Amino acid sequence: MKFGILVTEGPYQHQASDSALQFCRAALEKGHEVMRVFFYNDGVNNSTRYTTPPQDDRNIVNSWSELAEKHGIDLVVCVAAAQRRGIVDEGEAQRNGKDGNNIAEGFRISGLGQLVEAGIQCDRIVTFGD
Amino acid sequence: MTMLHTVNKSPFERNALDSCMSMANKGSKILLIEDAVVGAVDKNTHAEKIKGAMSDYTFYVLGPDLQARGIDEGNVIDGVNVVDYAGYVDLVAETDNVQSWL
Repeated sequence: MKFGILVTEGPYQHQASDSALQFCRAALEKGHEVMRVFFYNDGVNNSTRYTTPPQDDRNIVNSWSELAEKHGIDLVVCVAAAQRRGIVDEGEAQRNGKDGNNIAEGFRISGLGQLVEAGIQCDRIVTFGD
Repeated sequence: MTMLHTVNKSPFERNALDSCMSMANKGSKILLIEDAVVGAVDKNTHAEKIKGAMSDYTFYVLGPDLQARGIDEGNVIDGVNVVDYAGYVDLVAETDNVQSWL
């Protein structure tokens, strides 16, 4: 079965990012496909590579990047939510005259259309948020 | 058509579980995750509500989230099914749709 995941809460807030990660791992382990994870609202904070938790804490951002690389998951960050929260890739930095970017490996910035597309192409959309 | 409803807020904090139970069709499955798992503990003030709704819904609770909160599975209301993440995935796959009550 093909899954799409929607994350609307930032990492290290309550539990949404952790739950979403665990759900993805369990789904992949069962042989399902996770086609896309869409990060919306505060969920976009999952995508900054400047995240530096203490060494004995889990690194949620890296966990997403690693999972995406290993299983070919499309990690999509909502552009409007990202702009508000200072999440920038190279293109957005140039377009908005910023002096750098902070997007983590495996994430890309795009629009809500990607969520709609996931809704059409996936068998299920599972939402994790606050 | 069967629907899976997930609730992630403690019934002591928000009314997500009440909202869910007031809207969900009979025959739906309700999975308590994250802070909502405390709602599955027997003898608390919300337990009767779940017990009373058991003829309409099948209740599940996420085991790892119980464990994370130090809640023993033995304290869960009789008839509420404890599942792990693999069970969570199965519930999503075997129902037609999922609604997350946040």
